[in-house]
Amino acid sequence: MEAVTRVSGVAYPWGAKNVDTDVIIPAHWLKTIKRSGLGQGAFETVRAQPGNIFDDPRYAGAPILIAGDNFGCGSSREHAAWALGDMGVRAVIAPSFSDIFSGNAFKNGIVPVVLSQEAVDRLVEVAKTDPVTVDLETMTVTTPFQDRFPFELDAFRRRCLMEGLDEVGLTLAKDTAISKFEELLDEERPWIMGERADAGIAVEGAGRT
Amino acid sequence: MSTIPRTLYEKVWDAHVVERRDDGSCLIYIDRHLVHEVTSPQAFEGLRAAGRRVRRPELTLAVPDHNLPTTARIDANGQELPIADRESAEQLGALRRNVAEFGVPYIDALSARQGIVHVVGPEQGFTLPGTTMVCGDSHTSAHGALGALAFGIGTSEVEHVLATQTLILSPSKTMEVRVDGTLGYGVSAKDVVLAIIGRIGAAGGTGHVIEFTGEVIRHLSVEGRLTIANMSIEGGARAGMIAPDEATFAYLKGRPLAPTGADWDKAVAWWRTLPSDAGARYDRSVVLDGSAIAPVLTWGTSPEDVVPITGVVPAPESFADPSKREAAQKSLDYMGLAPGMRMQDVPVQHVFIGSCTNSRIEDLRAAAGVAIGRHVADGVRAMVVPGSGLVKRQAEAEGLDRVFTEAGFEWREPGCSMCLAMNPDKVPPGERCASTSNRNFVGRQGPGARTHLLSPAMAAAAAVTGRLADVRELMG
Ligand code: SF4
Repeated sequence: MEAVTRVSGVAYPWGAKNVDTDVIIPAHWLKTIKRSGLGQGAFETVRAQPGNIFDDPRYAGAPILIAGDNFGCGSSREHAAWALGDMGVRAVIAPSFSDIFSGNAFKNGIVPVVLSQEAVDRLVEVAKTDPVTVDLETMTVTTPFQDRFPFELDAFRRRCLMEGLDEVGLTLAKDTAISKFEELLDEERPWIMGERADAGIAVEGAGRT
Repeated sequence: MSTIPRTLYEKVWDAHVVERRDDGSCLIYIDRHLVHEVTSPQAFEGLRAAGRRVRRPELTLAVPDHNLPTTARIDANGQELPIADRESAEQLGALRRNVAEFGVPYIDALSARQGIVHVVGPEQGFTLPGTTMVCGDSHTSAHGALGALAFGIGTSEVEHVLATQTLILSPSKTMEVRVDGTLGYGVSAKDVVLAIIGRIGAAGGTGHVIEFTGEVIRHLSVEGRLTIANMSIEGGARAGMIAPDEATFAYLKGRPLAPTGADWDKAVAWWRTLPSDAGARYDRSVVLDGSAIAPVLTWGTSPEDVVPITGVVPAPESFADPSKREAAQKSLDYMGLAPGMRMQDVPVQHVFIGSCTNSRIEDLRAAAGVAIGRHVADGVRAMVVPGSGLVKRQAEAEGLDRVFTEAGFEWREPGCSMCLAMNPDKVPPGERCASTSNRNFVGRQGPGARTHLLSPAMAAAAAVTGRLADVRELMG
């Protein structure tokens, strides 16, 4: 996961409430074998409407999305975060998020920024013409016009984002502990590791009747 | 080491803690990881994108099952037949490429060892007592039948296990489900587990790991125990476990991936220490009288909607809880059933004998025992889908395939098949299926499909009578 300390640039001034995971990525995209490429399916139903915000050239490739209450409600599909990441979104600003979505967002390097409704309303206005900056160092959202909205993040998750540590990366940092456990395991329960799992199982293609 | 009596679950948990964290969660080592084509592609892609490898490929075993058609896989010349559904073919192809790239042991679709992951694991001796075992699939709970702590995980966790061979987990609560006494005539493991879910409810085990105990469980074969543990998840539990015993060891001995020689002896010695200590405490306990369990089946769209075959469709008003009442009405509308109807008068158009719950050799023997000398009723399509190529081979060696085909059943290639209708085996809308699978959710066997969960013998009885039938009337 790439480290995020600052997300700055154009923002989609959307503000829609209760955007569910079906809106973010419709179910028929779930049969995919990829995590990437889901940007194509992101907000498919919204994009079907002429003049929608996501196809407006002014906001093309924006790294920030501004939305209303309860963003990411619905199913637990991780595809929603994958789709946003794939379309280049690195931060979503909203008055509230579904728990599961914000967990998935963190796992995929997307910052869910919770701000008051007033702050969100103001940012929607600004974003129509000017850039927005989310800064994890100072924990603020700022605009070129003196706006300065502080926000909060779980300290552990903030650190993960800033150091680019996904959970896999964090656990990989425990390599010494895991290796030590494996040594012990090999002594106490030698049948768990070693040759055995490869024995007899290769790619077997012998025809069956 | 503490002297506080511990449960089976606690012993397996304690033996796998790599590190305890401040918030009470633990970094847990994972001994065995099963992989199939549906939930793994994004995990492998994540590894690739981050330039990571699989930490312990030899602790991983991949096998395709969900998408595979259950029709012939090779033509008369031994050439592999293409898979018609483009997306299925793509998922299966992705698994093949990923295991090759990451060096993961793999059983190919054309191998006799191929089958449903949860049938293959125990059959190959990949599943072992006292191991931690995961798979991106909720019915991973099945492997707990051998005394493993086994549960389903999501795609990010699949990636986490591939990369680190660990998971960050919080301990579960424990629940004992004890089934006393002896089972009646015509009553099987499937009836027992359906009765358990009927009793505790589909969310009854939420947050818990269930340990199944008692005389009935002890007397079940390992295959019967697999049926029980498989459906723990349908009772809402994180996992289901059964203490390993002599039957478990006898089942495992000589399996291709089971330990051998000195390792075997050492393993058995450790496995013997795993059963729950006398005086170990569970957070909850439920007791059932095995002798009171009749052949049962489901009437609704939740696995908890259980009724004895001698019973009638319940009236929604009979449920005290208003939300349950509403759910029952919805279920009945979907199922096309009216309150008071005798279950035995309900006609079926499809019979499915298969799935990771009931597709092992004993299941096929039980079904064949009912089918022999009889014929599938007019208007019924009945299929038997063995759980693995080896089960299929064994059944053919015993002549069960002929019993089935002579009785008018289809005899097919192994896979998940009509359990979830991800391959072409589907129940058409509005039609009714007597199924040995584990989920009767709305649309599970195809859009609009109506599912009744029951045992293999009961499924065979439905096939030959053309209705839901009491298998006891067809036996002996
Ligand atoms: S047989 Fe059914 S329940 Fe079992 S793994 Fe396959 S789809 Fe899942």
